[in-house]
Amino acid sequence: MQPGYVAPSSTEDFALPTLTHLQRLEAESIHILREVVAEAERPVMLYSVGKDSAVMLHLAAKAFWPSLPPFPLLHVDTTWKFRAMYEMRERMARELGFELLVHQNPEALAKGINPFDHGSALHTDLWKTEGLKQALDLHGFDVAFGGARRDEEKSRAKERIFSFRSAGHRWDPKAQRPELWRLYNARKSPGESIRVFPISNWTELDVWQYIHLENIPIVPLYYAAERPVVRRDGQLIMVDDDRMPLKPGETPEMKSVRFRTLGCYPLTGAVESTADSLPAIIQEMLLTTTSERQGRAIDHDQAGSMEKKKQEGYF
Amino acid sequence: MALDTATPTAPNAYKPSDLIGQDIDAYLAAHQTKSLLRFITCGSVDDGKSTLIGRLLYDSRQIFEDQLAQLEADSKRVGTQGQNIDFALLVDGLTAEREQGITIDVAYRFFATDRRKFIVADTPGHEQYTRNMVTGASTADLAVILVDARKGILTQTRRHSFLVSLMGIRHVVLAVNKMDLVGYDQSVFDAIVADYAAFAAQVGLADVLAIPLSGLAGDNIASKSDKTPWYSGPALMEHLETVELDADRLQAKAFRMPVQWVNRPNLDFRGFSGLIASGVVRPGDAVRVEPSGRTSTIARIVTKDGDLDQAVAGQSVTLTLADEVDCSRGDILAAATSAPEVADQFETTIVWMADEPLLPGRPYLLKIGARTVSAQITEIKHEINVNTLEERAAKSLPLNGIAVCNLSFDRPIGFDPYSEVPDTGGFILIDRMTNATVGAGMIRFALRRSQNIHWQALDVTKASRASDLGQKPAVIWFTGLSGAGKSTIANLVEKKLRFEGKHTYLLDGDNVRHGLNRDLGFTDADRVENIRRVGEVAKLMLDAGLIVLTAFISPFRSERRLARELLGPGEFFEVHVDTPLAVAEARDVKGLYAKARAGTLKNFTGVDSPYEAPESPEIVVDTASMTPEQAAEMIVERLRQGGYLRPDPEFSEGGGV
Repeated sequence: MQPGYVAPSSTEDFALPTLTHLQRLEAESIHILREVVAEAERPVMLYSVGKDSAVMLHLAAKAFWPSLPPFPLLHVDTTWKFRAMYEMRERMARELGFELLVHQNPEALAKGINPFDHGSALHTDLWKTEGLKQALDLHGFDVAFGGARRDEEKSRAKERIFSFRSAGHRWDPKAQRPELWRLYNARKSPGESIRVFPISNWTELDVWQYIHLENIPIVPLYYAAERPVVRRDGQLIMVDDDRMPLKPGETPEMKSVRFRTLGCYPLTGAVESTADSLPAIIQEMLLTTTSERQGRAIDHDQAGSMEKKKQEGYF
Repeated sequence: MALDTATPTAPNAYKPSDLIGQDIDAYLAAHQTKSLLRFITCGSVDDGKSTLIGRLLYDSRQIFEDQLAQLEADSKRVGTQGQNIDFALLVDGLTAEREQGITIDVAYRFFATDRRKFIVADTPGHEQYTRNMVTGASTADLAVILVDARKGILTQTRRHSFLVSLMGIRHVVLAVNKMDLVGYDQSVFDAIVADYAAFAAQVGLADVLAIPLSGLAGDNIASKSDKTPWYSGPALMEHLETVELDADRLQAKAFRMPVQWVNRPNLDFRGFSGLIASGVVRPGDAVRVEPSGRTSTIARIVTKDGDLDQAVAGQSVTLTLADEVDCSRGDILAAATSAPEVADQFETTIVWMADEPLLPGRPYLLKIGARTVSAQITEIKHEINVNTLEERAAKSLPLNGIAVCNLSFDRPIGFDPYSEVPDTGGFILIDRMTNATVGAGMIRFALRRSQNIHWQALDVTKASRASDLGQKPAVIWFTGLSGAGKSTIANLVEKKLRFEGKHTYLLDGDNVRHGLNRDLGFTDADRVENIRRVGEVAKLMLDAGLIVLTAFISPFRSERRLARELLGPGEFFEVHVDTPLAVAEARDVKGLYAKARAGTLKNFTGVDSPYEAPESPEIVVDTASMTPEQAAEMIVERLRQGGYLRPDPEFSEGGGV
């Protein structure tokens, strides 16, 4: 046998399965989760309670089985999430046995920062961007898993799976490391941190398909139901609690709506829909003509806005 | 020409499955069996690469109306197509790139057809972005190499083809683009294909399919175009849907799994988690743990969804073994019948990715599979000109340089040649100071001598020699600027030690540069090699039982660390002779600073070559506050306190092998 030649595995003549794209995506994500746990000092998983988080959580449970995932969950809370999201958060932590940490930016809490009086940009910056940095520093987490995907937004298409942040959590597009094969360089100096995106290569359809196949629990808001909404700036905003000030002439009306993405309820547009099952949601998504993030008010501030947010430390 | 965007069902548009509307459950069932192809597109902005990708996304209905509206607005504002849609804007994400109209980094795009899901790595085509292209190519099964029909095969086409071959991509599409601008002329296409064939054979690309197309007009992309009736091959999309996947090729190889993580939820369970790099594994299979060579059999393939009766390349699993064998992160579990070779010296191909050049002799961290080792480039055999494929001698390797190099690891590992199994033969190099990924490489084969050199375990040991001499050996490593006073203090220390009857040796520029290192100059690469040799000589002398003093500027932290790591704990004293540059220059005992400032002496530390001060030296000599005599006395006292000046019955071997 010549040196370096890797002999075939078997002389038997059997057909082996070609892995499906979901199997390969799952294997890649599990590999990334394990690699971080093997190399990081204090990893944490950011849990936003949305569908991408749900998939990431499910993958983490698989990656370390029969061990429990060796890291806590962190929810960076804005106090303005949908009520159904808070219910789901408590349920998942209870059922999966994860340690759940919740962080609310005390400064934003003291000032009563909200999207109505302060605008979406400041609201997002203080609650989410600053809140996240505070929480990571407070607990000394050096690696944070996030559920971002490359297909969500143009500037994400270039994001590494391991994204480096300098000591001030800043993202410098020029200082990112090359990522080859399945080799991730997780070494860093004290004070530096890494954001890791295990589902980078999943698309919105992949996520829905996987949720469907694996029976992953998701917040009911993703399914269509009769909900009280008002139309504002071309978006359907759900009146989720009595903190929402109504403008003159606005009366909430009951419409059959669902959400393609979940965030703070005043900033998250609903779509009119009757899709009340996963196949129906997927069907609607495949036939739809608008992209997933269109319901996010924060993306439309200006061109390149996501990139600017990222440089400041937003996920 | 204008793109027809008003009707998403233009003749050439790739129609979504009718099943979505009629029977979503059937559609989902079909969608679950799709395979995944990753491919790379190579070409420059001018080749219409972004337009082609935009077209693929558009024709497979991956662009939504809101994105299209944004795209139309952007096209009018900053587009390069006048009032028409500029598809390149879909793909060039970063603001800076939009402004410059070029793609700087690897962007990953996603689209799907009814048969396959695709991940496209879009990389820039210019030579200064070679590293980005190599990065994108590392995970690809196929490469689409774009050629402008009006320009034919260019230098960059050859470069891209060479890199594709280097990275082990087995399938190539030669996309002859902009056929609309040459009137869909068959003779133009045929000439380009003939021109390319010879070159493809030269770089070892066996499977090449040439397709005439137009990204702008959509010819031969989603479906066959009636404008090229003379072309009998498949449309691009059809070929992408049917080409062989590398994952399937790897299934036929012997079983390999680098162990990522040892899974121990309790005392009764010990599993080895990892992603299978090649082959198939089943319970009952005999396996070997490399590099230790211990053997066992597979007991279970554990997943959260229940145990499996087989697992294949590409799957992430947890394996348990029938025996309690020692196995940890970084080891490779392999088929016992066809285990990987184990070696610590290799011939490799390296692609350099950092602004700082690669220097032979400098220790880098190297990550291969789940193992990180320390490695040195022992020799750059030759650098390869990526444009002409010419080989030339090189002493260091610049950014985007590619070279065949010999590498020496600090320990033996199990491996396969990269061309056989990428996951057990591909590696990255990491800078020890900055932690940046500075290079990538591929193992070609193990060097014979690495299997043959076995350290002779001698009966006469360092400890026995040293106790005969009545001392404990150590290396006192003086570092500092030229003229700081290193040699002066080192000489005084040696005199004091001789006076106490100790056995010493002083290595400095006078007795090393004129003999052993006569072949070395003062470039960064030569400085690194100079210090590497001094470190090795000091180690041998320490082995002889001596107290060794070295007086070299030794400007780089990484080489001083290398010298330190050659020795055992407690054997290395770094002494920083700390004299400010202005003071050393004012003394200028040898008149060297004056020459350096005048430009007649190049690469002089402190003037046009850097000095990296030690971060945590054992001893700091502040020459502003003490005389050389006081400094020497302080160092000797430290040795005395540390028990180095008397025999040490407890002395145990450190370093050594």
